[in-house]
Amino acid sequence: MNFITVFRKEMQEQWRTYRFLIVAAVFAAFGLASPLLAKFTPEMLKVIPGLPPGLLDSIPAPTVADAISQYVKNMSQFGILLALLVTMGVVVQEKERGTAAFFLTRPVSRETFLLAKYAALIVTFICGLGLAAIGCWYYTLVLFEPLAWGPFLVLNGLMLVVFLVYMALALLASTIARSNGVAVGLAFVALILIGGIGSIPTIGDYFPGRLFSWGTTNMLGGTGTAWPAFGISLGIIAIALLAACIIFRRQEV
Amino acid sequence: MSSVHVDNLKKYYGAVHALDGLQLEVAPGTIFGFLGPNGAGKTTTLRILTGLARPTSGTAQVAGVDVLKDGNQLSRHIGHLPEEPAFYTWMTPREFLDYLGRLYGLSSKARLSRTRELLALVHLEEVSKRRIAGFSRGMRQRLGVAAALIHHPEVLFLDEPASALDPAGRKEVLDLIENLRGQCTVVMSTHILADVERVCDVVGIIAKGRMLVQSRREQLLEQYAIPAFEVEGDDQAALSLWAQELRRLPWVISVVPRNDAFRITVRDVQSAKRTLLGMAVNSGLMLNRYEEVRPSLEDVFLQLVGAEDVS
Repeated sequence: MNFITVFRKEMQEQWRTYRFLIVAAVFAAFGLASPLLAKFTPEMLKVIPGLPPGLLDSIPAPTVADAISQYVKNMSQFGILLALLVTMGVVVQEKERGTAAFFLTRPVSRETFLLAKYAALIVTFICGLGLAAIGCWYYTLVLFEPLAWGPFLVLNGLMLVVFLVYMALALLASTIARSNGVAVGLAFVALILIGGIGSIPTIGDYFPGRLFSWGTTNMLGGTGTAWPAFGISLGIIAIALLAACIIFRRQEV
Repeated sequence: MSSVHVDNLKKYYGAVHALDGLQLEVAPGTIFGFLGPNGAGKTTTLRILTGLARPTSGTAQVAGVDVLKDGNQLSRHIGHLPEEPAFYTWMTPREFLDYLGRLYGLSSKARLSRTRELLALVHLEEVSKRRIAGFSRGMRQRLGVAAALIHHPEVLFLDEPASALDPAGRKEVLDLIENLRGQCTVVMSTHILADVERVCDVVGIIAKGRMLVQSRREQLLEQYAIPAFEVEGDDQAALSLWAQELRRLPWVISVVPRNDAFRITVRDVQSAKRTLLGMAVNSGLMLNRYEEVRPSLEDVFLQLVGAEDVS
């Protein structure tokens, strides 16, 4: 009910409040910077005075694998952080400001209210990640060699799934919380829990973070998959969104 | 059928009884003044009636719709102006009203004409392309009224619509409400008695989550009429002597000086009406004013809420 209307408003809001531009700019910057950093880090090291002799000789010449690793590292840190920062205020701020109460007396279901926000954020992140991917692909082409499109698309698709996991959890935190501070706290608890448990060997194979290494391995011609982590990631997204909808339906705003 | 029907509504927040068995009935087309001190339960009632909060127990129907069962249906029948209406401040009023029109499924043509009509009604045409972020409190309140009216609601809920406004802003909003007479049922909560006296036909006084009284404004004033008269003259010494004479009469309860006048409270209004003025003339008093005291809503309110506080 009214999903398209609310979604359109959300997209307009992302644009007018510069959220879209900020996400796009941050992603584009990190996408462009990744192959540049990989290529020029050894050059930069050369100008640092007082480095032990022989150290520079021991650093191998940068390759396309370094560019990809740098890209994945940047995205796994800043992309996730951006996903949390952009999402965690979207519901709680409307509750605090009173716009949620004002609009929930209109023919807008609470599920529409939440899911339209999530959908708009997905579009923003797809665009942001798209820009990052284009930037990374172009500079890798210029500085190293062309990247294989298929595996590179898969890598970005898997990264998007990880971002969606954190966005869904941040949306849940934002729905549960009564104040922005609590939403921030809850979102970072989710980050620490998923990141912490995901770094435990064997258990980590089932957590979203595993998708980054799957995408990287695939990109660099390796074998192996992480379908359980993929399935669990989708499950986390579904459960977080469902929980957010149920909680919001029962919540007094 | 009533526009609003509330039966034994209770809302508890832990040990706090925000509503404690509220009864309320509002007839169609009425401008209903929901009056009560701060914390009496007015906002809680409106939040339940607009579907934003759930009661602990009791039932409530608005425009024939059960507020607990069908939120979507309810939203199509009601308009709501919260105490502090909040907007997407990056929008202009025109965009904002257009967005609301879309939510209610109005066609593009209908949205355009309704938006124009409402912006004219609330005197915001000149700023229709400015961002809401720069609006004053009064402008936001007026835009809130327009937003609440976009879909021609049957019942309009206004929570303290003029309480935080300056005199000019208050007048504008009250004029707007007055102009809605006959177009829809208005339920207006406030603690400002003068606003209720000015625009409301029916008054309900709430305290501690219970409805103390609900009646047409004139009936209420009549019901709580004070059997008193006020007499004012230039010669205070002569008036004082006359007051002493009055105090001896069996139908006089008290004669109390009040500024330059005397207030005479009586047991029997009819006897007083027959005798009082004649007595004054016979005593040779030069009167500037002689009148039967009409109670204000404030007198009734203080009498009822004061009694409730004592109990």
